[in-house]
Amino acid sequence: MSHLHRHTSADSARRGHDSATLMRRVTLACLPGLITQSWFFGLGVVTNVITAAACCVLIEAMMLVARRRPVSPTIADGSALLTGVLLGAALPAGTSLWLILIGSLAAVAVAKHLYGGLGQNLFNPAMVGYALLLVSFPTQMSLWPAPSGLFGPDAVEPSTWLARWLGQHPPAALDAMSGATPLDAYRHRPADASLAELVAPAALEAWRNVAVAWLAGGLYLLYRRLIDWRLPLSMLASMALLAWLFDQLSASGGVGFHLLGGAAMFGAFFIVTDPVSAASGRRARLAYGAGIGALTMIIRAYGGYPDAVAFAVLLMNLAAPLLDQLVPDRPSNARATRRHNDDG
Amino acid sequence: MAVLERLWRSLAAGTRPAGGVLPPTRKSQTRDLGIRTPPLPARVTLLLEDGRDQPWREVQPIVKPGQYVRAGERVARAVGHLALPVHASISGHVSALFMHDEADAGGQHRPAVVIDADGASQHHWLPPLDWQGAAPGEIIQRIADAGIAGMGGGGFPAHLKVRAARQAGIDTLVVNAAECEPYLSADDQTLRQHTDRVLLGAAMVAHATGASSIVIGIEDDKPEAASAVRARLGELPCPARLEVIPTRYPSGGERQLIERLLGRRLASDQLPVDAGVLCHNPGTLAAIHDAVALGKPMIERTLTLAGRALARPGNITARLGTAIEHLLQDAGLDRARLSRVIEGGPMMGQAIGSLDQPITQTTNGLIAADAAELPTPPPARPCIRCGDCQPACPAGLAPQQLWWHAQAGEDHKAEANGLFDCIECGACDYVCPSHLPLANGFGEAKQRLRTARAESDRADQARHRFEARQAREQREAAEREARRQARRQAATQRGQQRNASSAKDSSADAKGTASVVDVRGLRIAQAAAKAAARKAEKALERAAQQQQSADVLADLETQLDTARQHLDAADARLKAARQEETRP
Repeated sequence: MSHLHRHTSADSARRGHDSATLMRRVTLACLPGLITQSWFFGLGVVTNVITAAACCVLIEAMMLVARRRPVSPTIADGSALLTGVLLGAALPAGTSLWLILIGSLAAVAVAKHLYGGLGQNLFNPAMVGYALLLVSFPTQMSLWPAPSGLFGPDAVEPSTWLARWLGQHPPAALDAMSGATPLDAYRHRPADASLAELVAPAALEAWRNVAVAWLAGGLYLLYRRLIDWRLPLSMLASMALLAWLFDQLSASGGVGFHLLGGAAMFGAFFIVTDPVSAASGRRARLAYGAGIGALTMIIRAYGGYPDAVAFAVLLMNLAAPLLDQLVPDRPSNARATRRHNDDG
Repeated sequence: MAVLERLWRSLAAGTRPAGGVLPPTRKSQTRDLGIRTPPLPARVTLLLEDGRDQPWREVQPIVKPGQYVRAGERVARAVGHLALPVHASISGHVSALFMHDEADAGGQHRPAVVIDADGASQHHWLPPLDWQGAAPGEIIQRIADAGIAGMGGGGFPAHLKVRAARQAGIDTLVVNAAECEPYLSADDQTLRQHTDRVLLGAAMVAHATGASSIVIGIEDDKPEAASAVRARLGELPCPARLEVIPTRYPSGGERQLIERLLGRRLASDQLPVDAGVLCHNPGTLAAIHDAVALGKPMIERTLTLAGRALARPGNITARLGTAIEHLLQDAGLDRARLSRVIEGGPMMGQAIGSLDQPITQTTNGLIAADAAELPTPPPARPCIRCGDCQPACPAGLAPQQLWWHAQAGEDHKAEANGLFDCIECGACDYVCPSHLPLANGFGEAKQRLRTARAESDRADQARHRFEARQAREQREAAEREARRQARRQAATQRGQQRNASSAKDSSADAKGTASVVDVRGLRIAQAAAKAAARKAEKALERAAQQQQSADVLADLETQLDTARQHLDAADARLKAARQEETRP
């Protein structure tokens, strides 16, 4: 066993990271996306993230106590915090405390700890929480507020956010807040309408900026080599390919619209890259990412939900172990040489 | 589509990444300090076993307590087929035939030859050998007599490697001077200070094996050693080439180096000789040179003493069996700073429990580390499948997959995923963000598989012995039957002579037809038995040629015996049936 470790050796050329640092850095890399999202969609994003993070950490602690595992070192690894931040970012701004609590329970208690804790979970916890809420509370989950800004004349009052956070929906405020996301518009488009007429330019603009901010965080992760480039690249590439194809078949927004109009960037760099629930081989990871991209596009185009990253991820989580078997990295040493010998 | 597929291949599988990691080398502590010779110890302890139960490495002492021995005199002879004779490393009186080992074996006595020095430095060496005039067999025998083990780490007897190379017919001798382990600079220093000994040793081994070329592989962080070698390359009797390779751990892994230098990739069940290569490190070659040219048996080795708890780190040539404490004290050990001592390099070495332990032939370094330079890793966390270990693995394995299988108790799945290609270099440990002891886990999994295999081999051998006994009994029964048959026939013939009546003709006919069928069946059985016996003979012959262990040979002998008993039994039955048939 090596007595030298990359993350502990002081004079290593490129210091590595241990898993806690990794989690912390990924959480930090969420900041540009979170800030931009709050800038456009208001305080509701902040309440989402804080509530979800708190719920996830609390539930993790309770599960650890229940499982008679040491609490503080595991909390310190930061994985529950990250799950909470990702879940909070995925939810529509201003989701109520109760929904977030249910989502966090599904994410941390069920998807993570019932499967054996960190490293053992088959499914991406944040996406399990999100998908459960999406199918159980479709109305609340489709209430994305219009991008009325964090400050300024159109900004929603803090008291309204508070009311939403507590689960109260004053009818007047509801009207003022709800706005169709670009993908909603795409989902419900009349057969002959072009997208430009359907989507408010302000919404398109807001979503595009949010996507670029998530992309920036993702590029930081790539730069620090905290994530495997194969996963986001293959997902975005397969999405782009299918978006282009669908656009050729029937005008459907095009590549830019699909990559920047929804959760594609957030998903590609922060969800698909979760190594625990992804495939692990190099080639298998390419197939895994490509599968998520393809499923996302197919569900967006033909399925019943406006966005589909969560479902695509969960479906490919299921397929990940199989992919590792089906597309192994390379023939083993033994086979390679034997073939060589037979030739000679 | 073809373009896409090509893109996919080059992206995904294409060229296998070289693997390996870049740990801090920390060789500057010792690399320019020359080789010292510390004062001789007052006592040496020559261990006769390494704590593992390995009968094939068994050696037996041939001296008695109180007996006087000179340095270089043989004190133990090899018994197991992978064992080496042991020579006194100092002159003095044998004081005990065991070592009291408190730290490691729970206060048990380990077999050893303990010699108390008399300070006279008497030595007794073998006669020098003129290697250019000597037959390959003589050189190999000399290497065996000198008791030289590979000094790179594995400690495999050098003469067995050379002999196997001779028999397989190799073309290239690789001098493994990569020395990729951090801290260690003993090979570097040996090459710089004793270039002649190393190169002459290489020439001797090339002569003994029939290798037609020598390739010396060295990492690019040792420019002095490389230029020292380059200056003398022309003096070698066969074509020789120096190859400077980039510093990257573990480039000195035998398989990795052969692939790097010669482009020959070894399958996991192949040895270097199967690819026409023999690999030795500079220290071993220098020792071979001394054994042949000077007749000096294996009594000392060069090793690196490093670590920040030492005031005078450096390389030393120390007598085998010297207590680690003696060497560290001499190098100015600061006990207050000492956090732990590691035998070997920091990547593959083991932390040692007691400084009373002696150094052995495979001790290539001792690192007396303070707490800051080799900090104890924090407790392991679960694997998050980040995959960092995959590009680090020099064997191109997926360590995390192996880890999952091994943790799940599915060693056979780990084996199917290339577990035995793992060289336990620890590159995966080095990069693992969860501090998992991966390489250790793989070593244990391999050990479990080997134990299981040995057990099933033992069961097979027991079954073979049982079958041999059964076959013997059958053969005896068949022979008894044949004798009885012969007697009965003789009696019948006498009876027929007495009354020449042919009243029993009809019944004799019926019996005759039955026995014809019988004879044909028996003839087939006899031919099959003969073929089986021949096959068993060949298997035994092959195993003997490959120098398999005594266990394997004994088992094959048992199987051959079984086959022969079956053949004898078939012969006897056939003979009896023929007599029956010829009966009128």
